[in-house]
Amino acid sequence: MTMRSDIPLAMDQEPKSTWKFFLKELKPKGKIFTPFNIISVPIILLGIVLIAIRFWKGIGSITNLSQDVPWGLWIGFDVVTGVAFAGGAYVITFMVYILNLHKYHSIVRVTVLNGFLAYVFYAGALLLDLGRPWNVVNPIIGNSFGTSSVLFLVAWHFLLYMIAQLIEFSPAIAEWLGAKRIRKILSGMTVAAVIFGITLSMLHQSGLGALYLMARDKIHPLWYSEFIPILFFISSIFAGLSMVIFEGSISHKVFFSQISEKNHHAQNGIILGLSKICAGTLFVYFFLQLLVFIHDKNWSLINTPMGYWFLLEIFGFVLIPMILFFHSYRTSNILLIRIASIITIVGVILNRLNVTVIGFKWDMPVHYVPSWMEIVVTLTVLFAEIWIFRWVINRMPVLRDSPKWVNENQ
Amino acid sequence: MGIDRRGFFKVLGVTGVALATGNELNASPGESNPAEFKGILYDSTRCVGCRSCEYSCAEENQLPAPPDDIKGIRKTDEVCRTVVNEYQTSKGPMYLKTQCMHCNEPACAAACLTQAMYKTKEGPVIWRGEKCMGCRYCMVSCPFDIPKFEYHSPNPKIQKCTMCFENRVKDGKIPACVENCGNEALMFGTRRELIREARKRIVENPDTYVDQIYGEHEAGGTSFLYLSGVPFEELGLKTTLQKTSYPAMTKTFLYSVPTVFVVVPALLLGIHKATKNNINLQEHDDEK
Repeated sequence: MTMRSDIPLAMDQEPKSTWKFFLKELKPKGKIFTPFNIISVPIILLGIVLIAIRFWKGIGSITNLSQDVPWGLWIGFDVVTGVAFAGGAYVITFMVYILNLHKYHSIVRVTVLNGFLAYVFYAGALLLDLGRPWNVVNPIIGNSFGTSSVLFLVAWHFLLYMIAQLIEFSPAIAEWLGAKRIRKILSGMTVAAVIFGITLSMLHQSGLGALYLMARDKIHPLWYSEFIPILFFISSIFAGLSMVIFEGSISHKVFFSQISEKNHHAQNGIILGLSKICAGTLFVYFFLQLLVFIHDKNWSLINTPMGYWFLLEIFGFVLIPMILFFHSYRTSNILLIRIASIITIVGVILNRLNVTVIGFKWDMPVHYVPSWMEIVVTLTVLFAEIWIFRWVINRMPVLRDSPKWVNENQ
Repeated sequence: MGIDRRGFFKVLGVTGVALATGNELNASPGESNPAEFKGILYDSTRCVGCRSCEYSCAEENQLPAPPDDIKGIRKTDEVCRTVVNEYQTSKGPMYLKTQCMHCNEPACAAACLTQAMYKTKEGPVIWRGEKCMGCRYCMVSCPFDIPKFEYHSPNPKIQKCTMCFENRVKDGKIPACVENCGNEALMFGTRRELIREARKRIVENPDTYVDQIYGEHEAGGTSFLYLSGVPFEELGLKTTLQKTSYPAMTKTFLYSVPTVFVVVPALLLGIHKATKNNINLQEHDDEK
């Protein structure tokens, strides 16, 4: 259809009413004293105090990091694990926009929003962990490009992928603002952003693993191999999808009223489809782990405490959820799929922490254990993200259907 | 089907960005010749453990003076760039000085995303505060665990031996520790000269030395070299380190980036176009 320049935009009609609109939207909607609010608000306030202390007295004042363990919970969990769980966004956009599987279209927006917020907040958490955060622009602008660094690649990819995800999500923002023409332009950019985003994701999901390639002498040999990048990439697929299943089952309860009848019925079909993919990728991952294990000839390490820990991770949190996903897909057991997704999520957390924290300098006499303050700051980041997520869901057409004018215009 | 003009520009744009950001993947420093790097040879058979290197290092770098009474095996930390430890070995008590090894291809410099850790063309590996973000990836990557971080400062620095590059080596002078070594246990020179000297000492006194120069091949070669009368592991040196450079381990991954950026978007666009046509055909069939 032709572009019509005379379509009125809500934004540029009356500046005053736009301002009022924003103020109105900033106010909280719904009940104030929900269990989530009662738990999260004190933790967020405490977290803000701790963050202030961290910038005043240095990183060591609230963390248990040491000269031997320079990266702890904030990197190992917030960044490395969090980004794996945000992988759902690139997998779902691949299925919907590249493979054109329209069945999954109703969960694209919520997944992309989740992914985008995850990146924004985990990149934010990264700033807390930087000793000299005022220099954070150095790898992006200026003459300080450390192009031989994997972290340089990861930093650039975080930035570019955040932009790509914002473009993927932007039609929802335009619908919220009633900006019809802008929406049309933005949704025209979706496929390009998706293609770019998937490529970026492949590289930085594996890049997070490649960060540890040079730490060969420091990571327990059962978790170190030259294939870490590939293992990280494959596991980000089922990590992301398990998170989509888990988060979707919560959203469907919490935001029940927003979801249309049609999408509600489609939900089970989506979960079954995702379950099949999880089972498949878990199988590939399990097989790869087996190959790496045989290739590195680590037999002698199995009969040690760390060996049992490794077996628990591989059998308890990879093989068992794989069987559960496969079985429940065959029997259409939605509850069992949700249980399998939770086991997988725990397994991915275990794996990432084993590489970055538990298996890192495992042979030291004194082990790194995060301080309670590091945990509170991590929870602060997590809760703040959920707050923003809820704010967006309650205002923009993410779970609910787009406004009528979107379809009329097409 | 075929790629239309818009699709073509999309691929072109994506490829352009990829090439712009993905070039210059050099994991080794410039065209410098490792043999001409300045370095230090430490002969542990000559070291008497007087620790004057520790004192002069602290003075030179404006760090607090090291404690006079010491016990146990110490490590370098954020206020101390070099330590001398005493080890009980098969030939009685021996000493070993620990500091940055100034690798030929340093893992820390390859890890640094802002080039704050930097291998100078003269050889010393230095830290440049105006570039550093404080991410501590250098500490994760260094096989010798040398960079140390000021955890209790709001404006933290990375502390490590710089071979006195700024104040001395750059101007052709020798590092403070070498200058103040009373017993000539430390020797300063190019890597070529030092290795020749070390070999000479081993050949002339085969009973005094073990027939190996630590640092000649470790981690791909270092500019700080050790001679010893006892096997190096007895002196607490890491003898299991690989003999090739650490940055080489990430080269395969980094070199694959431009390829992925060219191949994957084109592939994705192709699949997108192909599956889109399928749906159109299906709809067309349904209409009939």
